[in-house]
Amino acid sequence: MDSTFNSAAAAPSRETRVGIRCDLDIIAARQKGRELASKVGFSSVELTLIATAISELARNIVLYARSGEITLKLVTNGERRGILVIACDQGPGIPDIARALQAGFSTSKSLGLGLPGVKRLMDDFEIVSQVGQGTTVTVKKWKE
Amino acid sequence: MEVPILKQGPYLIATVQSALSDEDLVQLRDAIVHRVAQMRSRGVIVDVTLLDLMDSFATRTFRDIAHMIRLRGADTVIVGIQPEVAFTLVQLGLRLEGISTALDLEEGLAFLNRKAKGASKGGTSPAR
Repeated sequence: MDSTFNSAAAAPSRETRVGIRCDLDIIAARQKGRELASKVGFSSVELTLIATAISELARNIVLYARSGEITLKLVTNGERRGILVIACDQGPGIPDIARALQAGFSTSKSLGLGLPGVKRLMDDFEIVSQVGQGTTVTVKKWKE
Repeated sequence: MEVPILKQGPYLIATVQSALSDEDLVQLRDAIVHRVAQMRSRGVIVDVTLLDLMDSFATRTFRDIAHMIRLRGADTVIVGIQPEVAFTLVQLGLRLEGISTALDLEEGLAFLNRKAKGASKGGTSPAR
């Protein structure tokens, strides 16, 4: 529908990278994500879910790795359109991913990784982490 | 971005006006706790009508504020949580247990007034 999406010159508007170093970058990342996702026509509830997931992922970077990067990208799968979010850092890595994914999204005390929460907010969830190397979390949300 | 905290009789009203960073949230918490002690306030309203997002950190900070204020013997009401935000909080599994909420500022004030009345009659006021 939007022909500019087909031109190479418009490509940057479909992908954004946000460096994550401090809590202000968390806000920048989720606002850019909301902006980009709105181009796909997500509902306001979905936009909030996506922005919140980005916020949690960006905070994990600040808390555990100190710095990293969030990549936001519009994607398609056949007829479906969606948004891809990659949170990448060269931090300490997660020794026990299985535990990080279930260790109850402890709402009250822990600064929990919040990964189960992010998983629930998004459609596709993938995590690769190596101790001493870093962590990459890749999530997608598809427009229904 | 600093959140203005206004005194309205025995109450304080903090109106969030834009997205808050983690540092802003912590500052807001400290400022509210400080002002409640300073003003001997009976209640606090935190108006989040303009917040388009509450993640785990924001939720935890609001919960901390409410618990700290309760320890002072005052009440906190969070007002104006947007429908999208409410939906997301539930999806995330985040709870605002034991925290009073109201639709808007007016209802928040009415809630605090009812509680104050109940307390002055010596009756046990409902938990929420």
